[in-house]
Amino acid sequence: MEAYFDNSATTRCSAGVRDIVVKAMTEDFGNPSAMHRKGVEAEQYIRRTSEILAGTLKVSPKEILYTSGGTESDNLAVFGAAQAGRRRGLHVITSAVEHPAVAQPMEALREQGYEVTVLPVDSRGVVRMDALEEALRPDTILVSVMYVNNETGSVMPVEQMGKQIHARSPQALFHVDAIQAFGKYRIYPRRTGIDLLSVSSHKIHGPKGCGFLYVRDGVRIRPQILGGGQQNGMRSGTDNVPGIAGLGEAAREAYEDFEEKTARLYALKERMAAGLETIPDVRVNGMPLPEAAPHILSITFPGIRSEVLLHALEERGIYVSAGSACASHKSRPSTTLTAMGLSTKEAQSAIRVSFSEENTPEEVDYTLEVLKELVPMLRRYSRH
Amino acid sequence: MLFHAFLIKYAEIAIKGKNRYLFEDALVKQIRQALSRVEGEFAVQKEQGRIYVFCPESYDYEETLDALRHVFGIVGICPVRIFEDRGLEETARDVVGYMESCHPDFSGTFKVYTRRARKTYPVPSMEVSAQIGGHILEAFPRARVDVHEPELTISVEIREKIYVYSQTIRGAGGMPVGTNGKATLLLSGGIDSPVAGYMIAKRGVQIEAVYFHAPPYTSERAKQKVVDLARLVARYSGPIRLYVVNFTDIQLYIYDQCPHDELTILMRRYMMRIAEYFAKKDKSLGLITGESIGQVASQTMHSLAATDEVCTLPVYRPVIGFDKQEIVEIARQIQTFDTSIQPYEDCCTIFVAKHPVTKPNLKVIRRSEGKLSEKIEELVKTAQETAEVLEIE
Repeated sequence: MEAYFDNSATTRCSAGVRDIVVKAMTEDFGNPSAMHRKGVEAEQYIRRTSEILAGTLKVSPKEILYTSGGTESDNLAVFGAAQAGRRRGLHVITSAVEHPAVAQPMEALREQGYEVTVLPVDSRGVVRMDALEEALRPDTILVSVMYVNNETGSVMPVEQMGKQIHARSPQALFHVDAIQAFGKYRIYPRRTGIDLLSVSSHKIHGPKGCGFLYVRDGVRIRPQILGGGQQNGMRSGTDNVPGIAGLGEAAREAYEDFEEKTARLYALKERMAAGLETIPDVRVNGMPLPEAAPHILSITFPGIRSEVLLHALEERGIYVSAGSACASHKSRPSTTLTAMGLSTKEAQSAIRVSFSEENTPEEVDYTLEVLKELVPMLRRYSRH
Repeated sequence: MLFHAFLIKYAEIAIKGKNRYLFEDALVKQIRQALSRVEGEFAVQKEQGRIYVFCPESYDYEETLDALRHVFGIVGICPVRIFEDRGLEETARDVVGYMESCHPDFSGTFKVYTRRARKTYPVPSMEVSAQIGGHILEAFPRARVDVHEPELTISVEIREKIYVYSQTIRGAGGMPVGTNGKATLLLSGGIDSPVAGYMIAKRGVQIEAVYFHAPPYTSERAKQKVVDLARLVARYSGPIRLYVVNFTDIQLYIYDQCPHDELTILMRRYMMRIAEYFAKKDKSLGLITGESIGQVASQTMHSLAATDEVCTLPVYRPVIGFDKQEIVEIARQIQTFDTSIQPYEDCCTIFVAKHPVTKPNLKVIRRSEGKLSEKIEELVKTAQETAEVLEIE
């Protein structure tokens, strides 16, 4: 049996997405900037996606800015907002559990002379509201916090944060990295006070290499990629029509039968968590289940290095990740888990199981069976 | 194109008497193999004690040179320009033209050395040299002739056409692979073993390799890294057959049955046994390891003796007397270093004890192995039979 539980790393393209991508590549392959009919035909795909996304977020299609994916959206939001706001202030705020696509640009801002406040998280991995309150200042120009943490599934109180930020720092823009949240939550940026929102296509069964940044009408950020002036000069480069077409279809499917899908994800996750309780000395990291995101489960198996468990599961057709996929190439432990108070050893023994609606209860049961067999064996052969 | 051919210089081969043709044939074969990766049709010809590589009309000079520099047995590579024979006067002008493009504004000492492969050429070699030299002096007023210790020697070979060269680029040295049998390399993902393989291949030895992996303790990427390393060594040694042996069960069994401070040495002994099995099967004449005395616990004189004891084939350790830094220098030079330092765990480091034995007592080690008698033969056999075989080009 094969069980793919690494859906927070990436997902399989759905058949509907595949079909529209192929059509955009082979039939309607024009350059949307071209003046002739081929260009107009290609442009239709972008219009369609913009309308779907705008409908989903309850915003205007004009507020959608296409990018090459989550990392570019995050970079554009952080650098773009900080550079556009530098006359109003040099203070920016972020959290200790951000993805490197936000954390690294923040580090670069620090080197460029900005003052960066990093908010701590509690033991559930949730940004502390009291710390945010304390950090907000009149010269704060940007707050960037993720919606759902990619390693633990912990959910940040973005609505509350939005209110706080705009009340205390009227100059500040609120950027939310929603890469793990889009498709799992109904997100309404206007109601929540979100000015900038990053989304990636391949986390929701869309193609890789595509994503978008929601930029609230009236918000000015500085473009980071200059060239032919596409997308009103905010992001030059020939539009990635197949990617954008696939993204739109993926977003449409994600919010189709939304409640039922979410319930199914929670059921899978709860089934897994309940089964884990029968294995001695296993801990679930992050928020208690019903509060956390429906699709991410971070589990610590003390005494087993996560890499070893990962490869042992792989041999049996089960795919998970150690910490977050991006962090796992380095041997450093996950900063998210250590920020939550886990020791280095505990963080090195954590794996992430992430679900999609394609997973089945049978796959969960199979995985539990395998874990019951593997965990005692691997613990016996741990390193001195 | 500036150069039409390369003259291949080889030294050690020349002294090999009757076997000479065997060596030359092996070298020609290796050169052809190396050039098969370069775009274009190259003709490799052996003529009158020389090997020439004739280049196609259009080719990538740097890429070609790089391929030739990976061939063992080549001492020097001379880029050659070829001119039609239109009489001595024209030839002299051609050589001046060659000088202008290859050594513009030349102002040092030089000599012209002429060799007549075509004996029917009407002018004696000395006179040819003198006349060409005269033309060069005219064209390069600051150049001087020095026949004893010239800074530049311009070679003119008179064949069907006129061959001119003056530069020699250093080759990889050594002897052509295939002239000295075959040996089996214990290849890990580290820095030392690829260097060891390279060094033995340099003496004309064909290489096979054995890699031990231990899933789930080592990853697919660790294996990929070893495949990448084998590919880099193969750039010099030619194709390598790589056996990938699953070592996990043997390792765990030793862990279960024996004192943990002896794990490494016991593991090494089983690795040697298994490597020797493949070596004998493929008619290899020896084993190669990247060990250097005292580098780690398993590489003390005592440990090396304890590992050697289990095999009958000779074990070659070309970096035995090298410091780590010296090995690193070669690894950089043969471009295996950057791959070797990728941080994937290999099976030797997984269960390593905090204080492994450094002076294993053979009696004690044999007694420990006695504790394995129940299942070990079966496990070794399975490891041998289930090994994956990869042909690395």
